[in-house]
Amino acid sequence: MSERPLLAVRGLTKRYGERTGCVDVGFDLWPGEVIGVVGESGSGKTTILHCLSGRTAATAGSATFVQRDGTVVDLLRMPEAARRRLARTDWAMVQQNPRDGLRMSVTAGANVGEPLMALGARHYGEIRGRALDWLGQVEIPLDRIDDLPATFSGGMQQRLQIARSLVTRPRMVFMDEPTGGLDVSVQARLLDLLRGLVADLGLAAIVVTHDLAVTRLLAHRLLVMRGGEIVESGLTDQILDDPQHPYSQLLVSSVLPP
Amino acid sequence: MSAYNFAYLDEQTKRMIRRAILKAIAIPGYQVPFGSREMPLSYGWGTGGVQVTASVIGPDDVLKVIDQGADDTTNAVSIRHFFARTTGVRTTTRTDEATLIQTRHRIPETPLCAGQIMVFQVPIPEPLRWLEPRETETRTMHALEEYGVMHVRLYEDITQHGRVATAYDYPVRVNGRYIMRPSPIPKFDNPKLDRSPALLLFGAGREKRIYAVPPWTPVKSLDFDDHPFTIERWEEACALCGSRESFLDEVIVDDKGGRIFVCSDTDYCGRRREHLA
Repeated sequence: MSERPLLAVRGLTKRYGERTGCVDVGFDLWPGEVIGVVGESGSGKTTILHCLSGRTAATAGSATFVQRDGTVVDLLRMPEAARRRLARTDWAMVQQNPRDGLRMSVTAGANVGEPLMALGARHYGEIRGRALDWLGQVEIPLDRIDDLPATFSGGMQQRLQIARSLVTRPRMVFMDEPTGGLDVSVQARLLDLLRGLVADLGLAAIVVTHDLAVTRLLAHRLLVMRGGEIVESGLTDQILDDPQHPYSQLLVSSVLPP
Repeated sequence: MSAYNFAYLDEQTKRMIRRAILKAIAIPGYQVPFGSREMPLSYGWGTGGVQVTASVIGPDDVLKVIDQGADDTTNAVSIRHFFARTTGVRTTTRTDEATLIQTRHRIPETPLCAGQIMVFQVPIPEPLRWLEPRETETRTMHALEEYGVMHVRLYEDITQHGRVATAYDYPVRVNGRYIMRPSPIPKFDNPKLDRSPALLLFGAGREKRIYAVPPWTPVKSLDFDDHPFTIERWEEACALCGSRESFLDEVIVDDKGGRIFVCSDTDYCGRRREHLA
């Protein structure tokens, strides 16, 4: 374990004019750790991801990230060219809707190969080999490599997106509702797969979700958000079994038992 | 034709286009926006090329215009006629005599030499457009050299056809930096772009972009290490001049399925036949 967190977020604030996205958000993400962010719709969960991944500009705050070579950069203030390069090499994003994270008009193999080609891979055979390897890892039949993602089921599309995200061996993954829109049995398989991959690759991840069951399976620690602020944070089991903040208590007690 | 300025365009417009051309030459392969004018021919017929030609042509120039390699097709004849009337410059069909060559879809077989200018008519200048419809995004991708998607296209070709099936408008990298569309020339002509002694100018009238490859600039066609770039080869020789080196068109000669292959470059083919006779 290294001495400092992979990602240290301090005072992250995003305002949309009068309205607030998130206020004074701070947390540390350690290598190999999975943090779950839960809260109701509009509580600022996704805003955090968008600010960190550079899709929207934060109003204030800092997010220091330790690069592979040990140098430290502030994700919120680095130039766009450097940030995009880092986004290609060091982190990945898994979108809620696989259609946002995949290129629907090119084959599954090209989807998985594209991040490699973006990093300069220029050997067709090797790119295809890596794509096949990853399709196997996410349990997609290898003979589907030349099919368009549009012909895949929702669960397969999501697994394909995960393969595409992880093929470059990132160190940090942002997941925005990775199991949203999937039926329960598919969700369970996907979560199982994700848990295995995250553990095998030693990934650090931030998982945004409103589904507490997802966090129970995946996340080591939880941040509970409401109205743009973190109202409670701690170990997942601790928060789910013994919530302290009234809103956390409401959230946990709102889950319908099957 | 005294009612018109020399070469049709007014001097201010030519000045604006020349500035765009100078910028394009300074940044090889970079698409420079310019205020494209209405021209007396329709979009898709070479409005961009005509504007570039009109801006660089001088009274001492000798103009050649080709369309698919031929000097005698409609587009070539009408553009040549247009400049003959509006400038009074001498026109030619001979590649080695011309100082200025406007072209659609071909580069002449006769090697170009230093001092010549080629003007290409470009329908769609943006090589990333097939994958990214937003202009703001493609500009950012060019600025940050995010060119991974170009190889996705080649990957798809090899996956579907076993080889790169793109046969024309084959994307190139100019001077190790910008990815460029060489206009719809066959990929057979791509090697002629590399370190060409002539100045290559590209004009897209509808899309309002000008770009350039200065003389002697390296131009590399995109490929994979295990699927290197190759050009077309024909089993036949030209039925008229017997050339085995030039780009051949297939021509149907009767209604009984008879067909021959002939050079697409009419000047090259004709000169060879003169030489052989």
